[in-house]
Amino acid sequence: MSRAIVEVEGLTVHYGSRRILDDVTLEVREGEILVIMGGSGSGKSTLLRHMMGLEIPTTGRVRVFGKDLSRLGRDEALDLRRRMGVAFQGGALFSSMTVGENIMLPLEELADLDEQTMRIMMRLKLELVDLAGFEDLMPSELSGGMAKRAAMARAIVMDPKILFCDEPSAGLDPAISSALDALILKLREALQMTIVVVTHELESAFDIADRIAVLDDGALLAVDAPDAIRHSPLEPIQNLIHRRPEVVPVDPHAYLRRLTGEA
Amino acid sequence: MAEPVASGRTAGAGARDFLERVGRRAAGGVEEFGVAGWLLGQSLFFLVLGRARRQPVRLPRVIAEMMQIGIAALPITTLLSVTIGLMLALQGIHTLETFGAESQIVIGVAFAVTREFAPLITGILVAGRSGSALAARIATMTINQEVDALRVMGVDPVRFLVVPSLVAALVMVPALTLWSAIVSQLAAGAWVQLDLGIGLPVYVHQTFEVLGTEDLLHGMTKSVIFAVLIVLIAVVNGASVRGGAEGVGRRTTRTVVHCISAILITDMIFVWITTR
Repeated sequence: MSRAIVEVEGLTVHYGSRRILDDVTLEVREGEILVIMGGSGSGKSTLLRHMMGLEIPTTGRVRVFGKDLSRLGRDEALDLRRRMGVAFQGGALFSSMTVGENIMLPLEELADLDEQTMRIMMRLKLELVDLAGFEDLMPSELSGGMAKRAAMARAIVMDPKILFCDEPSAGLDPAISSALDALILKLREALQMTIVVVTHELESAFDIADRIAVLDDGALLAVDAPDAIRHSPLEPIQNLIHRRPEVVPVDPHAYLRRLTGEA
Repeated sequence: MAEPVASGRTAGAGARDFLERVGRRAAGGVEEFGVAGWLLGQSLFFLVLGRARRQPVRLPRVIAEMMQIGIAALPITTLLSVTIGLMLALQGIHTLETFGAESQIVIGVAFAVTREFAPLITGILVAGRSGSALAARIATMTINQEVDALRVMGVDPVRFLVVPSLVAALVMVPALTLWSAIVSQLAAGAWVQLDLGIGLPVYVHQTFEVLGTEDLLHGMTKSVIFAVLIVLIAVVNGASVRGGAEGVGRRTTRTVVHCISAILITDMIFVWITTR
C-alpha cells in the first residue's frame, strides 16, 4: 500500500453551536485520486480547508507529508505549501493580472528564476491544460471552464506533490465538466501527483476517483473504491447516489387564474 | 395580571439584548485593534526580515502602490490645497480687518496650513481615495478566495498585499502633505498680493521667517501617523468582509468613516500632547 500523504485523525469542527465535521478520520495515499463527495452543507469544503492548512483544527489532527499542520513554524509551513497546489471553486484568479501573470506569480514570489525561464514554465503549464496562447487575456475574458483550467495551471506551476481541487466541475455544462475530469486524470498521469477532489457531482466522482470518501452531515460514512461505494448497503449513500430533484406539481391553469385574479 | 408580567419580561429581555449588543460591539472593537497591531508587527517583520526568510517585499509592487496613492492623487491634492489656501486667505483677511491687522495674515496661514490643514486634508483625501480602494480590493479578494489562494501558494498576504501599501503610504502621504502645504501657502500668497498688495516673494520670505522646523515636523509626524492608520483600518475592514458585493460596499464605507474619524481624533490628541 502507498504511504499516506495526508492523514486526518478525529477531526471535529464547530462553527458556533453548529457541528460541521464530526470525528472524521481518513488518509490520502500517494499517487491516488481521492474524491470527497457529499451533498451541500455536508462539510466537504471545510474538510478540504483543514487539509490545505487554511484552517487549524481545535479537535483532532491533520498531518500532511507527516507534519502536523497545527504545529508548523513559519518556514516549515512555507516549505510544505510549496509542495501543494490548489484550484479553487471559482478559480480565484487575480483579476488585476493577466492569465500569464497569474500563473507566473508563484514562480516570481517563491522561485529564484529569470523571466525567460518563468515564461517557458508558464507556457508549458498552459499547454498542459489546453490553454496555449491565452496568457495575455484577463481573467474576466475567460469562460467558466477556461478560468478553472487557468486556475489548475497556476496550481501546478510549481510542480506540487499534491493537488487539491474544490468543486472543479461546479457550474459547468456536462461536456466541459467531463473535459475537466479528463484533465484531472491527465495531470495525474503527466505529473505523478496525488489529487484530492471535492465535488457533489456524482458522475464526475465515479469517473475520476481511485477512492471515494462520502460525507453526510459532517460524518464520514465510507471511504472505498467507486464500485464499492456504488453498491454500498448504507442507506444514506444510496440516497445520495439516487437522489432526484424534488418535483412540485404545478397546475398552470390555476396559477394563471390566480395571477389574473379569477380564482 | 398577565400583561404587566409580559411587558416586564420584554423590557428585561430588551435590556439584556442591548447590553449583549454593546458587549459584542466592544469586543469586536478590541479584536480589530488587536488585528491592526498584529498587522503592523507582521509588516515590520517582513520589512526587516522578509528577504532573509525568502519572503521579500517586492519593489515593483511598492512603486505601483506609490503611483496609485501619491502620483495619481496629485491633481486633486493640488486643487483642494489651492482652495484651502484661498479660503484661509479670504477668511483671515476678513477677520483681521476688524483689528486692522490684515498684514498679519501670513502668520495665521503659515501655522494653520503647515500644522493642521495640509496633513488633515491630505489624510482625508488619501483615506477617501486609497483607503477605500484598498479595503474594496482586499474585501473582493477575500470573497473570491484570492487571499486563500495566496496563503496556499505560500505567499503571505500581509507581505504581498499590506506591506507594499504601507510603505507606499508612509512615503507618499508625507510627500503629498508637504506638497499641499507649499501649494496652499502659494495660493494664499497670490490672493494676499491681489488683495493687500504684499508681493508674493515678500509673503514667501515672511512665511519662512515665521515657520520653524518644529512646525514642519508637527505636520509631517501627523501625516506619518495618518498613513499608518489609513492602511491598517482599510486592511482590517477589507479582510473582515462578510457576504458578497453588498459586504464589500459596507466595508468600503466603514473604512472611510473609520479613517476620517481616526484621523480627526488622533489629530486632536496629537495637538493636545504637543501643545501642553
